[in-house]
Amino acid sequence: MPTVVTDSTKNKLAGRRRSKLNMQIVAPYLFVMPFILSFIVFFSYPLIQAMLMSFQEVLPGETRYIGFDNYKKLWNEDFFQALYNNTRYTFWTVVVLIPLPMALAVFLNSKLLAGRNFFRSTLFIPALTSVVVAGIIFRLMFGELDNSLMNSILHLVGIPSQKWLQSSSLSMLALIILATWRWVGINMLYYLSALQNIPKDMYESASLDGAGPIRSFFSITLPQLKPITIYVTTISIYGGYAMFTESYMLWGGKASPQGIGLTLVGYIYQQGFEYFDLGFGAAIGITLLGITLVVSMLQLLASGMFKKEA
Amino acid sequence: MDKRVRFGSLSSIVLLLAFIGFAVLALFPLYALMLASFKPAQELFRYGLNVRWDLAVMGFENYKQIFLSHEGSAGHFFGWYRNSIVITLLYTVICLLVSSMVGYGLAMYEFKGRNLLFTLVLVVMMLPVEIIILPLYKLMISFTLINSIWGVILPFVVAPLPIFFFRQFALGLPKDFMDAARIDGCNEFGIFFRVMVPLMLPAFGAMTILQALQSWNNFLWPLIVLRTTEKFTLPIGLTSLLSPMGNNYEVLIAGSVLAILPILILFIFFQRYFVEGLTVGGVKG
Repeated sequence: MPTVVTDSTKNKLAGRRRSKLNMQIVAPYLFVMPFILSFIVFFSYPLIQAMLMSFQEVLPGETRYIGFDNYKKLWNEDFFQALYNNTRYTFWTVVVLIPLPMALAVFLNSKLLAGRNFFRSTLFIPALTSVVVAGIIFRLMFGELDNSLMNSILHLVGIPSQKWLQSSSLSMLALIILATWRWVGINMLYYLSALQNIPKDMYESASLDGAGPIRSFFSITLPQLKPITIYVTTISIYGGYAMFTESYMLWGGKASPQGIGLTLVGYIYQQGFEYFDLGFGAAIGITLLGITLVVSMLQLLASGMFKKEA
Repeated sequence: MDKRVRFGSLSSIVLLLAFIGFAVLALFPLYALMLASFKPAQELFRYGLNVRWDLAVMGFENYKQIFLSHEGSAGHFFGWYRNSIVITLLYTVICLLVSSMVGYGLAMYEFKGRNLLFTLVLVVMMLPVEIIILPLYKLMISFTLINSIWGVILPFVVAPLPIFFFRQFALGLPKDFMDAARIDGCNEFGIFFRVMVPLMLPAFGAMTILQALQSWNNFLWPLIVLRTTEKFTLPIGLTSLLSPMGNNYEVLIAGSVLAILPILILFIFFQRYFVEGLTVGGVKG
């Protein structure tokens, strides 16, 4: 800024230009400031707190360090049950929600199918439903009554009524069906947009070389879909280990029989907000962080490997 | 001609039938919910959720109760609806404003720490928020933001995914426009709001849908922050009706229908933005 005010327009212009230059240096920091603030206050600080809390006994008005006691407490049946439930849920969602959407997308992308836009939209509609509403519907569909939807379907094939949400494997089935219903449309769209990015001439030259549709699928489509498959697998694993609302809805927020619906996040919620054991809850959270980091590493490895091949 | 032959072939008919089956499976649960919303709750308890049309018992009673009754849960329902609308609007508007600014700043300027900041955006994007909900809850207590809509909105309003998306989008914008605008005497924020935001409108479309839908359907964090019935959002309020006594099922079922109806209507009009918005993550892949 000019320190001496003169009448000379030349000086004024120079000053303005300089302040503009300053502005150009400051502006980017102003643009990114919201992220810096939010990152410090709502991410770093709580994350450090979570790490500290996991070594503390947090009581109202006083906290004290108790070393690894909270982590030692993780060695209990509830935690293993939650970890097992999440792992099983994640495994099945990956097994179902990769090949099924991929197949749907391949057919939706082929000229053989009439009304493709209609089917694309229709299969996508469940993704718009909140987990809460979907949970309400599926909880009622999987009701114990003889006339509830799932049981009447069982009757059609001669199987007696089941108590779906009382049994470990049947309730897992219910969760997987719920996840499939709500999520198949989104993964399908991921695959669809990936399919549309595969260059057409790859197929043309393959068919000139005498490759049939099945051969083309395995030697062109499948390898080309690898990046999106890695991505979809990763978000499925994240989502699977962070699953909470689905099981909260199916059992109405109460403890499920023998913990068949307990998840890691549900366990954090239970310890933190029902038993007010914040330190132990934080230790579960940090364990979840560890799982997430391992998954990220594996993802980086997998996509790195892909780059070498390509 | 080639096309006609293909559509008529046996495999295309089998495929069409299969997809009609899938479409039925996709719509069926919503149809069952809608049907149940026209039946009294005793029907639901006696027969479960089913797809029987029984005009003798069907009617608009549940909706009448929601719209006309001012007592009990029916009286709260429109309060929850209003809270959901207010939170979704505030969250979406603020989120788009700040995340477009951050994304644009990261894309268009060279400055110290830019790469570090972008890496941090990716880190926040990758870690599940559930890890930090307990300390975040304590933080909200010390900010006295418990049971307030700002407690729901503020911690997550600077969202990493939209920042990432806006950055990718802004990278494709011409930087010459910035210099031209500077010569015309525009300041840096003027350039952003008058020149660049109009160019980024397609990105705003997709992000509006994604963020609004996420906020409308958000569950875990509002469940923790909102403590009293009149402050609940729709998902929290509806969940609170899932009591084993079940005296609220009329409101629960009809309310669920009313909760997804606006989204379905918007979907019909803005399909393209829904599809773009909800598959945005794929740009990472």
